[in-house]
Amino acid sequence: MGVGSFFTSKLDEALGWARKYSIFQYPFVTACCGMEYMATACSHYDIDRFGAGLPRFSPRQADVLFVVGTISHKMAPVLKRIYDQMTEPKWVVAFGVCTCTGGFYDNYATVQGIDTIIPVDVYIPGCPPRPESVIDGLMKLQDQIAVSAQRY
Amino acid sequence: MSGAEILSALRARFASAIVETHEHRGDTTVVVTRERLRDVLRACRDEPALGCDFLMDLTAVDYAKYPGREDGPRFEVVYHLYSLTHGHRLRVKVRVEEDDAVVPTAVPLWPIADWFEREVWDMFGVRFEGHPDLRRLLLYEEFVGHPLRKDYPINRRQPLIGPKT
Repeated sequence: MGVGSFFTSKLDEALGWARKYSIFQYPFVTACCGMEYMATACSHYDIDRFGAGLPRFSPRQADVLFVVGTISHKMAPVLKRIYDQMTEPKWVVAFGVCTCTGGFYDNYATVQGIDTIIPVDVYIPGCPPRPESVIDGLMKLQDQIAVSAQRY
Repeated sequence: MSGAEILSALRARFASAIVETHEHRGDTTVVVTRERLRDVLRACRDEPALGCDFLMDLTAVDYAKYPGREDGPRFEVVYHLYSLTHGHRLRVKVRVEEDDAVVPTAVPLWPIADWFEREVWDMFGVRFEGHPDLRRLLLYEEFVGHPLRKDYPINRRQPLIGPKT
């Protein structure tokens, strides 16, 4: 066992711990799920507990892309561009069934799941998801961030 | 004015232009010919007794495959008028054939018709003659066809990016 690998794994853990409590989100809100997102982000549910209380309204300053609401084919290139503008490390949360699968909008206008366009880390189902589900999804994302390989 | 009074006022003035009328519990409808549509709409707006100063909605219906209407004109463009002064409503319809789906624009009468007519063009492919800027309103320019037509295949997808199905 080399000294280097021991040292690296400990640094990874420290970085993971720091990163999971400093989630700067970019809310990409397009539809009714936005109401539930706002409810979650406000004081009653207090997502500041998870270090995710400060949304950034520039993708360049954000770590997590929250895709909240139906994505139409017209909007898809915009979403892809926002994702491309975010700097590494970055994660994507699909908020609500429309972003997960298209939901019941199986029609000419709607993207059948945003994972056909960009990679997704956490899916939060629900129409719309209750704040408890959102917080559950956020904590699952934190777990992923904490154990993933850290690049620095 | 009551619905019956509105219809008799229109009948007195536009007898030859009226194809059909319908009145039932405030659901007042008049179907007019395309040639006189503009005159009828203008009268509905400017005649003091009618005073329909508000175009609440402008939409279309595709009657292809509709039971009992297979042989008639395919499209119907529908104007929902409301009078803020008198508090009454009137529905004006005009029928157009598929191969001649053109209707005179209502933009000079009610500016709100601008986006309504763009939406009808987008969804049904009915054109509005004299419209200042008849582009798609909701869909993207790359989209082929008009999705609310009954013959638009229900499974046809036209994504801009991502998988093509």
